[in-house]
Amino acid sequence: MTHSEPLLEIHDLHAGIDGTPILKGVDLTVMPGEVHAIMGPNGSGKSTLAQVLAGREEYAVTGGTVRYRGEDLLEMEPEIRAREGVFLAFQYPVEIPGVSNTYFLKAALNAIRKHRGEKELDAVAFLNLIKAKMKLVKMDESLVKRTLNEGFSGGEKKRNEIFHMAVLEPRLAILDETDSGLDIDALRVVADGVNALRAPDRGFVVITHYQRLLEYIVPDVVHVLVDGRIVRSGGKELALELEAQGYGWAEDQSADALAAPGRERTTA
Amino acid sequence: MTTAPVDLKHTAPFVADWTALDGQLNGAQPGFVKALRRAGIERFQALGFPTPRQEAWRLTNVAPIAGTAFHRPAAAPAGIGPEDIRPYVYDGCARLVFLDGHFAPALSDMAGLPAGVTASSLADAIRAQPALVEAHLARHAGLDHPFVALNTAFVRDGAFVHVPRGTVVETPILVLFATTAAAAPTVTYPRLLVVAEAASQATVIEAYAGLAERAYLTCPVTEVVVGAGAVVDHYKVQKESVAAYHVATQQIHQDRDSTFDSHAVLTGGGLVRNDVRTVLDGEGGHCTLNGLYVVTGAQHVDNQMLVEHARPHCTSFELYKGILDGRSRSVFNGRIHVHPGAQKTDAVQANRNLILSAHAIAHSNPQLEIFADDVRCTHGSTVGELDDDAVFYLRSRGIGADAARSILTYAFASDIVDRIKVPAVRTDLAAFLFDRLPRGEVVREAV
Ligand SMILES: Nc1ncnc2c1ncn2[C@@H]1O[C@H](COP(=O)(O)OP(=O)(O)O)[C@@H](O)[C@H]1O
Ligand SMILES: [Mg+2]
Repeated sequence: MTHSEPLLEIHDLHAGIDGTPILKGVDLTVMPGEVHAIMGPNGSGKSTLAQVLAGREEYAVTGGTVRYRGEDLLEMEPEIRAREGVFLAFQYPVEIPGVSNTYFLKAALNAIRKHRGEKELDAVAFLNLIKAKMKLVKMDESLVKRTLNEGFSGGEKKRNEIFHMAVLEPRLAILDETDSGLDIDALRVVADGVNALRAPDRGFVVITHYQRLLEYIVPDVVHVLVDGRIVRSGGKELALELEAQGYGWAEDQSADALAAPGRERTTA
Repeated sequence: MTTAPVDLKHTAPFVADWTALDGQLNGAQPGFVKALRRAGIERFQALGFPTPRQEAWRLTNVAPIAGTAFHRPAAAPAGIGPEDIRPYVYDGCARLVFLDGHFAPALSDMAGLPAGVTASSLADAIRAQPALVEAHLARHAGLDHPFVALNTAFVRDGAFVHVPRGTVVETPILVLFATTAAAAPTVTYPRLLVVAEAASQATVIEAYAGLAERAYLTCPVTEVVVGAGAVVDHYKVQKESVAAYHVATQQIHQDRDSTFDSHAVLTGGGLVRNDVRTVLDGEGGHCTLNGLYVVTGAQHVDNQMLVEHARPHCTSFELYKGILDGRSRSVFNGRIHVHPGAQKTDAVQANRNLILSAHAIAHSNPQLEIFADDVRCTHGSTVGELDDDAVFYLRSRGIGADAARSILTYAFASDIVDRIKVPAVRTDLAAFLFDRLPRGEVVREAV
């Protein structure tokens, strides 16, 4: 793969649920190595975008295209996307009683490795791997051994998502408000996890409500999503501007959103 | 409506069979057994087979049983060896094996039980310890249930387990009732009597197996008498042929401070009915009734639970879970009866059903009858499908759709699996689930 080929290329994406449009023409290009932040008011469609990218079938894609490393992402089943390297850290991770966090992760990792033609990890190799990753995201051993997200606090769930990401080593990681509800220590852990994974062939889409996270994960581009459209894009200073002024101006702009270029930046 | 004529009750072939057996036995049994058998057939004849017009049988129609001409095998079949029963026995257990209702000493092994403990065929026990058997046999399972009456009418052999006062039996005792491959539909009336005297302890595994996929009727009655302070761990593993009828009653009587823990694993049978009844008849008693039914195709499984809190300060815990696929049906009726004066009763009951197919139906009905005022009784019943959010979450991590559904199905059952204390039984159930569920090899790795 050459550096000129985008990791993710979303063009005029329209999606909705039960006939109600939510995404109304999203354009977004992520190049390998880049971190993109998406900000926007509640209900603007951030999670919908994340879920559509991960393959949630409840949302109907009614227009546009999404290419991932040159392939039609929308054609792929959710598990194929994951095996191809797409990872979504859920805004609300699901509690799954009866499924062990560790064993489940081993099955997931091995499904991914098998897909890539790599050897499946045996129990010992896997244990060594997760020990290293636990350290990376400062995961408590007791959490790792527990049932998947069951009885985890909000912060523990988010941290567990980052732990999964660290183990699965995706090519494109989408973090949906992973920072919401975290104290500063947990926030640092999440940011450290992302920063440790930053690599020239990896990309991140970080959905956040707060500029604060972007002090730790410095984005290449910040986008503002309002009412299903990206109404502004810019450098990291845009996040500061949003924090200071709120989304009021952006919401005003959304009325004539066509005037707001989805991609006004140029990528090197 | 006038009383139905006797022949409409379909009892005639059974009465004729009883008469033949009675002539054949011709005084071979002690008087008390003969009297029990006579009382059984008379009661059965009077009651007839139940119909869906009777509340307790509203959702389970036994007309196919009443309408089948069953043949009672006269002897154990020849040519059944240890390999044939291997899938149904557990390592590390003493065992009593019955083939087509007849004790099979060559397949049984009672070595390793402590001195004083009896685990034998009921026929042997009736000969060797008639007074002990007479004191307990048919004292608990009442003849008002037509299938209990029918079983009692044919009491001849079965299994008898007696643990003397204060004795602890570490080795689980497996009692296997297997039906082999006869051409015509056969009927067996397995009888199991377990007497655990005061302060004793034992584990009994009651297992049913169909060695061929044929239609037959198994009509068992189990009585367990748990003495003061005694602890009985009980398992029922039902792996009948999916063409078979299995209509069973399990009647438990608990003395003060006793513990009865039961786990039922119900995967076989075409038409299955289990009446599970416990009487907590001494202060401080506790019973656990857990169960898992896993059915598919046209299987029908009906569990009728009755926990009677007859004395104060007793606790009961019931958790039955069901996994239904295909066009299967389940019925769960959870009756808890708290007698007047049974204060400080603590009864918890739950029935949870997971429906995997649009054509499967689970009926669930809690029934609380509380005649004391200082009690805690909770119940819950659910019928639901797999959680889409959970399926998507697993898939988003790279797990395939089938495997994700199977992992969640296994997870649903896992608390029942995990509570099984005998490792061989637990492993056997897990293996069954891995085998039954699509992409079970991924499930095995993921749980
Ligand atoms: N599963 C759903 N069912 C119904 N409406 C939904 C669903 N998901 C999202 N929506 C609606 O779509 C809009 C965008 O939601 P969402 O993508 O969650 O926004 P954000 O993540 O930006 O807060 C909201 O109005 C929300 O109510
Ligand atoms: Mg959201």
